[in-house]
Amino acid sequence: MSLVFAGVCSHAPGIVGRADQADPAAKDRLYDAFGNMRLQLEASKPDALIVIAAEHFANFFMNNMPSFAMGMADYYEGPIENPEWLGIERTRIPGDRSLSERLISKVMERSDVTYAEEWKFDHGIMVPLHFLTPNYDLPIVPANINCQGPPLAPLHRAWTFGQALREAAEAVPERIALIGTGGISHWPATPDSGKINEEWDRKFLDEWSRCDKEAMLSYSDSQSYLQAGQGAFEIRTFLAISGATEGKGATVHFYEPIPIFAVGCTTATVNL
Amino acid sequence: MVSLYYVQKFLFELNRDAEFQSRYTADRHSTLSGFDLSEEEQRALVEPDIGLLFHLGVNGQILMHFAAFHSIEWQDYLQQMRDGIEAHGPVREGVYAVTGYEGVEAHTTRLGQTSNATGER
Repeated sequence: MSLVFAGVCSHAPGIVGRADQADPAAKDRLYDAFGNMRLQLEASKPDALIVIAAEHFANFFMNNMPSFAMGMADYYEGPIENPEWLGIERTRIPGDRSLSERLISKVMERSDVTYAEEWKFDHGIMVPLHFLTPNYDLPIVPANINCQGPPLAPLHRAWTFGQALREAAEAVPERIALIGTGGISHWPATPDSGKINEEWDRKFLDEWSRCDKEAMLSYSDSQSYLQAGQGAFEIRTFLAISGATEGKGATVHFYEPIPIFAVGCTTATVNL
Repeated sequence: MVSLYYVQKFLFELNRDAEFQSRYTADRHSTLSGFDLSEEEQRALVEPDIGLLFHLGVNGQILMHFAAFHSIEWQDYLQQMRDGIEAHGPVREGVYAVTGYEGVEAHTTRLGQTSNATGER
């Protein structure tokens, strides 16, 4: 089938773990936006959800770092972090090994990808699932783009990875939903945590919502680092969604900088 | 001799391995063998000295879990990193040193932003 749903959302651990420290009204607005995204996802009646994340040294480390990886198991576990710290209980999340294998085989025709038969989800996947599939009843296919330990794959390869995922989704009979999770400008877990470059974010989101390939591929990590922090390397997950839905516009349903969550919190869906 | 790779490897293993955490809790020094670490790095890991570890270049995505493991509250964690930069100077190595990380104030000035976005609200 073709993709039945595509979108992006934030995944910052503070969204759940530090919820009690946020302005309650801002928190409620974000949680409502996640609730609406959940309804849109459910309305698309997916058989499985591919989550393109930018994990933070949970499974992959600099001893053997894949630029692109996908999970291939019947179940996963998460969160790998202290559940109390993250505010999300540890649980088993369903996967679909057969589906993963068919998707990965197809992706490999266009994009090099590491497969992993074990995968512990960190906040990059758990926070979105906490809101979007809180009953953990939808099979998940985790995918990862290294956005943490340079050297990082260039942006155009994130785009190609997205294209490869779309072709793979079209090649299987299941109804596939796809989300990218990551931050835009942010300085997570550093002394600058809470700093957000709203102007930079809004410009990027405008380009993303118009699927402006040329504009998005013109970003460089060194410039992004100066203006938008190390967290901005995670725009790769947004670019992968654009690559997967090339030519389609998207709607940003929610954007609001919430410093205690350390990111401009975002939910958006592609107009498929 | 600096070995940021092994400092981060140590913390990566500690963050994800409950058995390793038990050994670290029982006898911190005993867990250092097998990692190619300088004396300064060893000291930072057993003390623990969050500010020094940040100065040495440890990625915050690894360091924040180490701080949480030591029951260091979020705002204290952020402050200890700031204190580390104050005491030891700019981040030496790793992803934050790419463009030279000289501290919150200088960084804020360079970005042309006002400095109220430290998560303290």
